[in-house]
Amino acid sequence: MEWYLPLIWAGIIGIAVAMYVIMDGFDLGIGILFPAAASERERDQMMRSIAPFWDGNETWLVLGGVGLFVVFPYAYAIIMPALYLPVIVMLLALVFRGVAFEFRLVSRSKTWWSIAFCVGSTVAAFAQGVILARMIEGIPVSNGEYAGGPFDWATPFGALCGVGLVCGYGLLGATWLVMKTEGAVARRAQRQAKIFLVLVLVCMAAVSLWTPLTQPRIAERWFSLPNFYFLWPVPSITALAAYLLWRWIDEGREVPPFLAAIVLFLLGYVGLVISNFPYLVPPSLTVWDTASVAASQIFMLIGTLFLLPMILGYIIFVYWLFRGKVQEGESYH
Amino acid sequence: MMDLDPVLLARLQFAFTVIFHIIFPSFTIGLSAYIATLGVVWIRTGEERFHLLMRFWTKIFAVSFAMGVVSGIVLSYQFGTNWSRFSAVAGNVIGPLLGYEVLMAFFLEATFLGILLFGFNRVPPWLYVLSAAIVAIGTALSAFWILAANSWMQTPTGHEVRDGIAYPVDWLRIIFNPSFPYRMAHMLNAAYITTAFVVMAVGARYLLAGRYIAEGRTMMRMAIGLLVILAPLQLFIGDQHGLNTLEYQPIKVAAMEGHWDGSKPVALELFAWPDEKTESNLYSIAIPHASSLILTHSWDGLIPGLKSVPASDRPPVALVFFAFRIMVGIGLFMIAAALVGAFLWWRGTLFESRWYLRIMSHCWWIGFVAVISGWVVTESGRQPWIIHGVLRTADAISPVPGATVAGTLALFVVTYGIVFWFGMYYINRLISRGMDTPASTRPTDALSNRPIAGAHDAGGPIIQ
Repeated sequence: MEWYLPLIWAGIIGIAVAMYVIMDGFDLGIGILFPAAASERERDQMMRSIAPFWDGNETWLVLGGVGLFVVFPYAYAIIMPALYLPVIVMLLALVFRGVAFEFRLVSRSKTWWSIAFCVGSTVAAFAQGVILARMIEGIPVSNGEYAGGPFDWATPFGALCGVGLVCGYGLLGATWLVMKTEGAVARRAQRQAKIFLVLVLVCMAAVSLWTPLTQPRIAERWFSLPNFYFLWPVPSITALAAYLLWRWIDEGREVPPFLAAIVLFLLGYVGLVISNFPYLVPPSLTVWDTASVAASQIFMLIGTLFLLPMILGYIIFVYWLFRGKVQEGESYH
Repeated sequence: MMDLDPVLLARLQFAFTVIFHIIFPSFTIGLSAYIATLGVVWIRTGEERFHLLMRFWTKIFAVSFAMGVVSGIVLSYQFGTNWSRFSAVAGNVIGPLLGYEVLMAFFLEATFLGILLFGFNRVPPWLYVLSAAIVAIGTALSAFWILAANSWMQTPTGHEVRDGIAYPVDWLRIIFNPSFPYRMAHMLNAAYITTAFVVMAVGARYLLAGRYIAEGRTMMRMAIGLLVILAPLQLFIGDQHGLNTLEYQPIKVAAMEGHWDGSKPVALELFAWPDEKTESNLYSIAIPHASSLILTHSWDGLIPGLKSVPASDRPPVALVFFAFRIMVGIGLFMIAAALVGAFLWWRGTLFESRWYLRIMSHCWWIGFVAVISGWVVTESGRQPWIIHGVLRTADAISPVPGATVAGTLALFVVTYGIVFWFGMYYINRLISRGMDTPASTRPTDALSNRPIAGAHDAGGPIIQ
């Protein structure tokens, strides 16, 4: 009766990671777009649009990491050593960008902390892409431990995914600014959204070609029959979402482009899940191989079923509270 | 090439990142409770100075909390990056405790912090104050779960070990393990005391400079009022915690006391150099039998000595020994400072006693040093175990080369060094800059949907 517990948990952690990628995605995206702003005043406006939310957004990353530790401790114990350097570089980058929110306001010259915010956001996004690539390419395991070297993640495919995620977060950030700001910042974001959309599609296409060509198990998953009959909507809806995103930007719509960008991200994510399921440490260990004992999963599940809806409730409340557009020159605290 | 010991490096890295991190929770647990208290008093009395203080400390809270958050995220991944074998062994038991910390505390703090920092012009005062209270509750809940996890590693109960892996048997016994209530009380109280000394130092600093007299006096009075109760209470809790440690981790207590020979009564070593080679204390200045009296409540009471276990099962004695003395020394100074302050207040000369204000204005850091020393005592004191009696630290590390750990340790030192230096500098600047003048912070339109862009421009210095 316990076989479905790891599945439930894979679903919950999958949702947490998706929440993270979308929510921290748009606020990392703001950092990626920072250099294009015309002035520190504009950067204030951009930062103000995410300032009440960033901390909560990043908490999903903690939930993803801790969730993996709770429910799939054996996967956690393999993935973290395997991704040692990218994970630590990502965390340090997040340190710089996180403190930049507060330090930038107190410091006399904002420039340095604007740079820290931009570099931190970009490096964190790139490192996450590298991590993602590793989860597609697979992690060598022997005796339940990571069996590769410290730099195995440094591959061309890792760089491609890194660039892809930077562009993807840039797209989320730009469409967020279209929705949440006014004036010059919003107008520039419309142009940026289009540029990043094109870049994202190029990266998505490259990843979609590369993975089945180099990973037979992924080619098998997508192109064998009858799988193909069920899976063809994924790329098709992706193309539709991209088209609508472009058109909505052209029409000057404000909220729909952000939603379309989210859909685009979710589809990419679903594609990844389809490629890897049920492997958590591809190509050898599944969610069942790496799960903690059922008692631990049940104990955690009971609390999660109460707490997660509560969390979603008050997060929605805070987003609702800070609804509407951020004015140019709006002050901070 | 230099031989890099991965165990030592992993320990150094964790010690560095966790010591850096604990500085901020020690402060923000207490400060969020202080901000919430100020808010409640403000709403009940309507007095402007409480409101000013609330806004002022919220700015400092924001900077501290940001540093605490980012250094805390690092820790949640380090269990895996540096201690993957520990994660595999303890994941079934420790994992859910950390999971509950995230779900119960982290989201709560992070989300309502948004309202506390940015919601001032958008929400009614009661909701604003409620958000402060929720953040304070969130920080305390976070302490609850992480201390439960840490305490289980010190005094594990409610589990069974099969094939080297720990499995849960009784969750209540895992959470409420023998050392947890003491550790929780000791740490939470330490956080409030630490914050009270920071608040008192800032109040004293303003009074000495002749700025914000009313607010400075309020800060001093609130801090002394709290400390005169909590500082002596901490001595009592610490004593109880020590007795609990004696029961479950006697060798840790032996290291704290520098007590080698278990067949002799325990002397209270005021100063000594515990020498691991000769297994004795050099340059000892001690009060015979005093620690026997404290620990066993009898003149000739015996406790196990360090020599009762092989050297490989002993913690680094000198580190535990000195860290313990620093903690207790500061604790005793804190009690004295609180009692003197209360006495001066009672005599009505507190704010004229510039010598006292001057000393207190320099004492903002003592709580932090005491907290860190206390953690060094308890964490070093349980070595060589990472989970007492279950898993040795040397068997818990990740299969990662020493050079990689050394490289990232260097990155952590540089990054945290920069962040810490700027953080301290900016907090000091916020304190120097002082509080908003009353006119600029009055909630002109508290329920407005959009923040009033000009509300802060009415006067006074603000953060820009």
